[in-house]
Amino acid sequence: MNREEKNRANTTSSTAQERSDLNEINHLLRQAMPPVPPDQLEPHTDLWPQLRARIESEHNTVHAATNIRRESPGIRIAWFDWALAALAAAALIFFPGIIPALLYHF
Amino acid sequence: MDLQQRFVAGDLEAFEQLFRDYQRQVYAWIVRIVRDSATAEDLTVETFWRIYRSRTLFRPDGNFGAWSRRIATNIALDHLRKSRRETELPNDLLAPPEPDPAVSREMRARIRSAFVNLPPKYRLVATLALIEDAPYEEIAAAAGITVALVKVRVFRATRMLRKQLRTLSAEIGAQS
Repeated sequence: MNREEKNRANTTSSTAQERSDLNEINHLLRQAMPPVPPDQLEPHTDLWPQLRARIESEHNTVHAATNIRRESPGIRIAWFDWALAALAAAALIFFPGIIPALLYHF
Repeated sequence: MDLQQRFVAGDLEAFEQLFRDYQRQVYAWIVRIVRDSATAEDLTVETFWRIYRSRTLFRPDGNFGAWSRRIATNIALDHLRKSRRETELPNDLLAPPEPDPAVSREMRARIRSAFVNLPPKYRLVATLALIEDAPYEEIAAAAGITVALVKVRVFRATRMLRKQLRTLSAEIGAQS
């Protein structure tokens, strides 16, 4: 038998070995983990309500985030606070004598 | 406007119709990979959620079934990667319909243990090709790889399983 014939014989025997390995592993795997039976290839419940709830919850989150962004372009200050600030500023302008007293208390 | 065009435009009713048309197919594909019905249901919802979010990327004249299967495969693969540390497979699909008396219960447990230790990408193709008998072309399309690569992964998975089973047999032989 020349070298080429030997190589060919080796290749054939290793391919046969690989095929036999594959068949054996295939058989063992199917014994340990059989294919999923056809009656278990369908979900047990209707999954649409779950999916729809998820979509709606995401929509609500996006809407809420958009509304917050629209409502608060900066810091929102109530009119009463503006009025108090105006009164304080007027008091300081018209009665500057209270400034040292305020500084003393702070 | 047809159903897929309406879906891409964000029509929820069109999406519901597509969901009802394809949910069985997607679920069946996922449950064959993860082999647990509760997990498969969760991953099916996750798949359609991702489909809905990325609807603008879908071509209205495209194959919705193939696209959804591709997304489902990626999600199932992610799940296998995350749950790799869980060494036990779920129980609901473990009993063979016709058990071979030559394969003992202990042997089955060892095979399952060797199987869960496979790297996830090999486990994915091994499950689909060797257990579920899915055609290589189908696996390749779903996993986004070539048929040649599917064959390589099946071959490598077989070799890894054989090696692990030999090691386990040797360990048990040494103990007894």
